[in-house]
Amino acid sequence: MIRFIIRRVVQGIITLWVIVSLVFILFFMTKPDPARLLAGKEATVAQVATIRRALGLDAPLWQQYLSFLGRLVQGNLGESYKLHEPVTTLLGQWVQVDISLAVGAGIIWLIMGLSVGILAARRPRSVWDRSATVFVLVGLSTPTFILGLLLLFVFFYILTTHGIAIFPSAGNYTPFLTNPAEWAHDLILPWLTLALITAATYARLSRSSLLEVLGEDYIRTARAKGLSERRVVYRHALRAAITPIVTQFGIDLATVLGGAIITETIFGLPGLGQNVVNAIGREDLPVIQGIVLVAAAFIVVANIIVDVLYAVIDPRVRLS
Amino acid sequence: MSLAPVEIPTQVLEPAAPEDGQGGGRAIQGRSPLRLALARLRTDRMAWVAAGMIVLMALLAIVAPLISAATGHSAYNPDLVNGTNSFGQPYGPGQAGFLLGTDNLGRDILVRVAYGARISLLVGVLATLLATIGGTVIGLVSGYFGGWIDALLARLMDAVLSFPYVLAAIVIASVFGGSLSLTIGVIAFFSWAAIGRIVRGQTLSQKEKEYVEAARSIGAAPFRIMFVDILPNLIAPVLVLGTLLVPVAIVFEATLDYLGVGVGPPIPTWGNMLADDQGSAGFGAWWFWVFPSVALLITTLGFNLLGDSVRDALDPRTERIFAMRRKGGAASGGPNGTAPDDSASVAEPAPS
Repeated sequence: MIRFIIRRVVQGIITLWVIVSLVFILFFMTKPDPARLLAGKEATVAQVATIRRALGLDAPLWQQYLSFLGRLVQGNLGESYKLHEPVTTLLGQWVQVDISLAVGAGIIWLIMGLSVGILAARRPRSVWDRSATVFVLVGLSTPTFILGLLLLFVFFYILTTHGIAIFPSAGNYTPFLTNPAEWAHDLILPWLTLALITAATYARLSRSSLLEVLGEDYIRTARAKGLSERRVVYRHALRAAITPIVTQFGIDLATVLGGAIITETIFGLPGLGQNVVNAIGREDLPVIQGIVLVAAAFIVVANIIVDVLYAVIDPRVRLS
Repeated sequence: MSLAPVEIPTQVLEPAAPEDGQGGGRAIQGRSPLRLALARLRTDRMAWVAAGMIVLMALLAIVAPLISAATGHSAYNPDLVNGTNSFGQPYGPGQAGFLLGTDNLGRDILVRVAYGARISLLVGVLATLLATIGGTVIGLVSGYFGGWIDALLARLMDAVLSFPYVLAAIVIASVFGGSLSLTIGVIAFFSWAAIGRIVRGQTLSQKEKEYVEAARSIGAAPFRIMFVDILPNLIAPVLVLGTLLVPVAIVFEATLDYLGVGVGPPIPTWGNMLADDQGSAGFGAWWFWVFPSVALLITTLGFNLLGDSVRDALDPRTERIFAMRRKGGAASGGPNGTAPDDSASVAEPAPS
């Protein structure tokens, strides 16, 4: 087990190194001189040269790359070209928004997706199952930004223009520690947007997984012992059926943590997603690299955790 | 290929063994698996609904220039004189001869939605085609040869699949500048691995079968075995995955355009229509974003439904996602204990 974890961690670090290097190469291949960008339009040649030296941009590319990697290992992601703050500080602020998003949305989509899936699997071909089918179909076909716009239109615009101003407009965000009630109030529409889209996958996954398990012999045995249907489904079947859902949940959560770009853009939330779009707009390489690295790291770490959890939930994996 | 007139008896619903592809010359007339699948598809009501939705959008894309010519409204050029009222505000649907209204630059929404269909379908189909071909070839090579080639390619597929792909696509598009071909390339690049992984898995199991051994024993070269012998047996999952990849690619394209790093203005796409419109007029002008959204939804729904029907037709044992009663028979797929369905999903979820 320990060897397995070590191997996965090493693989993960290699993946991250490849991703960071790709971003580095991509930008230095194609972008104009960052020093000139920083200096502004009025700068003299001498000023540009000074900035270039200060940033270490006059060194050969491979030296820049090595010193970049060296700093990275020490946990130093550099300083934003435009915001003039350490990238790690900025990331620390922005990621709070994504943690807020992921926690709320994750709880909603898990509850929603699992309930729909279980309901459908317990009574296949029933009205419930068919309704679940429509739910899945619509969820899988709706792009996030359309749902987000729709929710904003219905719950913010229509309600507010009719004098029922209960939902906030886009562009509001209150940190949890400032005011938890306001925090939830501002995030409810983004949560629903993310959750409704994602819940469809969970409904389909839990339905098919549970249906498969319910057909197995040990379920028949459990029923033959005279256990209640509730106990059979929730204690015996669900435990075995939950494994693929755990995998999916880990990856999805990590993806949102690394920046829910579209949701953040629609609702004007200052998280990693919106900030990476802004950073790309102003060609702020250290920030872009930092966010790409963090987003990829979340996914890599989630993959490792999921693999370990697998073994905890399902003893059969441990044996092999 | 012309099909015999339909009478779809029950035996058509029996899954055919894939090996008897050339079943001619027997006492009972053989039907190829493809024919059986087509026959099944034709009795599937949902497939017809789905095809109708897609054909509708394809027609819209084809006649876009005709709509533009008939109405005299350009999809590209702002027309503040005819397209906005005396206060400079856009027309609502039905006003001043604009069926779906105008945007805040006075451009006809109907014409722009029709032109948007061209981009969406073009990108969706081309990117899917590229991704499917790439994924199939790489998956076949990886699965068939095994060894270090497989280790390398499988790792590559994992890497592509675990990439934060919307983020990566934005970075790439911003570095090279958004364009139609780049958009197609980026989408294909982040989509092929989903297909490649499944083709690889199928190839691994196919290559252990006797027919491969037979082919090898008569001296067939590896590429002949891969593409002539094994590939036809993988057509079913590849077709299903391909169909289900189209809506993913279309949403991907719309997302990039919505974020401003896709095909880009002035070319009208459903994604950039939605983005333009959210910023400028706000929600009062609902027709700005409702019509492109509806067009996009019809298209993605159509392809998702069709993909499900195609899967059902090619492999009736698998679970349907969007089951609907088949004409004159129960819906397929047993209620319990259905076969595990590894071709069920294209691995990529909707971008968040």
